[in-house]
Amino acid sequence: MHYLCDALPWGIFMDSGELIFKMVFVVAIFGISLLVAMYSTYAERKVAAFLQDRIGPNRAGPFGILQPLADGVKMFMKEEIIPAKSDKALFILGPCIMMLTACMTGVVIPWGESLVINGREYELLITDVNVGLLYVFGVVSIGVYGIMIGGWASNNKYSLLGSLRASAQMVSYELAMGLSIIALVMAAGTLSVREIVEQQAGLQWNAFYQPLGCLLFIICAFAECNRTPFDLAECETELVGGYHTEYSSMKLGFYLFAEYIAMFISSAIIAALYFGGYNFPFIDSLGLSHNVQTILGVLIFFAKTSFFIFLFMWVRWTIPRFRYDQLMNLGWKVLIPVAIINVLVTGIVILWRNDLF
Amino acid sequence: MTLPIFYILAMLSVFCALMVVVARKPVHSVLYLIACFFTIAGHYLMLNAQFLFAVHIIVYAGAIMVLFLFVIMLLNLNLESEPRKSVIARVAAVSTAGLLFLVLLAAVKSAEPVILDTSASGVGLVRHVGLKLYNEYMMPFEVSALLFLTAMVGAVKLGRKEATHS
Repeated sequence: MHYLCDALPWGIFMDSGELIFKMVFVVAIFGISLLVAMYSTYAERKVAAFLQDRIGPNRAGPFGILQPLADGVKMFMKEEIIPAKSDKALFILGPCIMMLTACMTGVVIPWGESLVINGREYELLITDVNVGLLYVFGVVSIGVYGIMIGGWASNNKYSLLGSLRASAQMVSYELAMGLSIIALVMAAGTLSVREIVEQQAGLQWNAFYQPLGCLLFIICAFAECNRTPFDLAECETELVGGYHTEYSSMKLGFYLFAEYIAMFISSAIIAALYFGGYNFPFIDSLGLSHNVQTILGVLIFFAKTSFFIFLFMWVRWTIPRFRYDQLMNLGWKVLIPVAIINVLVTGIVILWRNDLF
Repeated sequence: MTLPIFYILAMLSVFCALMVVVARKPVHSVLYLIACFFTIAGHYLMLNAQFLFAVHIIVYAGAIMVLFLFVIMLLNLNLESEPRKSVIARVAAVSTAGLLFLVLLAAVKSAEPVILDTSASGVGLVRHVGLKLYNEYMMPFEVSALLFLTAMVGAVKLGRKEATHS
């Protein structure tokens, strides 16, 4: 077994200070993901209310700020029902996979540059995997199983139909998403999310160089998160409730909550890949110290992310849902060909700029 | 540090692979197969083959097995409808599988293990895989791409509705 030893880069965890920092950072990112997702549910209702000229939740605490807590308590207090003829282990596994995959993606996102504490530099990034973007795709592609397993284990035809619809949609849009990313990777020349963010310093945002790819990626992110106009997974008028018809209590809560975490992470990825991440113009000309600059960058990154979360909500309460055949036609006959053309054009431009013709 | 992880992963791989065969419900078999793919991806990661790890999960666990699961969920296979084979067929199956296992065991036992320091060379990283694939193995790569394209066109042709022909 000699060849297996020392294959993994254990060296990065050699000193305990780094290890402790990483562990604290992992817990912090986990906590922030949950907190943002929690308040996304509140924001969603407030945005919906605003767009529909209502007030929205305003009873729990000032401005209804405690509403997510009240919702959480309600979810936990509900009766837990596992259908008699269901596959019990898989019935529980379904929401677990959803939560797990939703929380796993945040690992490769660079939340900020680096903090210098006691003369040591700590990067605000959990791990810079060599295949960062592919890792994101791997995790996203596993997320489908949460829906499929949950829908099948319920032993209910509406759940099964809902889960098949949802997973077929996610698999279809994963392709277009992958193709839109290929063009970005070709232009950037790296799969590491951190390096992609670093290349966008100043106002060199990828959104300006890859406008088509950016649009495709955002559309596919909507579809992957099962958000309107692609929320056919939970089309109440046709499917009772979709894949989570049989779920109750916190298991249902996890399915719904995972959607909000996925939305937060998707927004963060959109902001990092196409909108400069923690970079903002003229950062170097402000003459701030490194740490202040980093903290400002983190805030900027969260502001960008929040904007995209708002975009998700804005679209949800503006655009009606697609019909299923329209959804599939859009995915396979419009987005994928457009993405391939985008890859082709990007390749030609790269060759032309390097004088390889 | 690495060796215990390897043993745990190896045990999990073998357990999942056995459960694929032993599990009574077809859906459980598929899920164990997916778990088996994950443990194999873990082995790739232990060898520092990060690209292979990611692609293995995306392609096998994320795409091919989803389609498997689709088909098996829709077939609605029950224990009652499962075809029962005769005793002779079962004995023949077990003995053939056993013999195959023996041959494989013999082959692996006499094989010379390749010792490669994967951590230093970065063999499994994307850059290296890409350079190898597009320089040394350009021709086989393009030919297999053509093969996939042919298969895709064939699938589209077969999947089209009959009404369009007449």
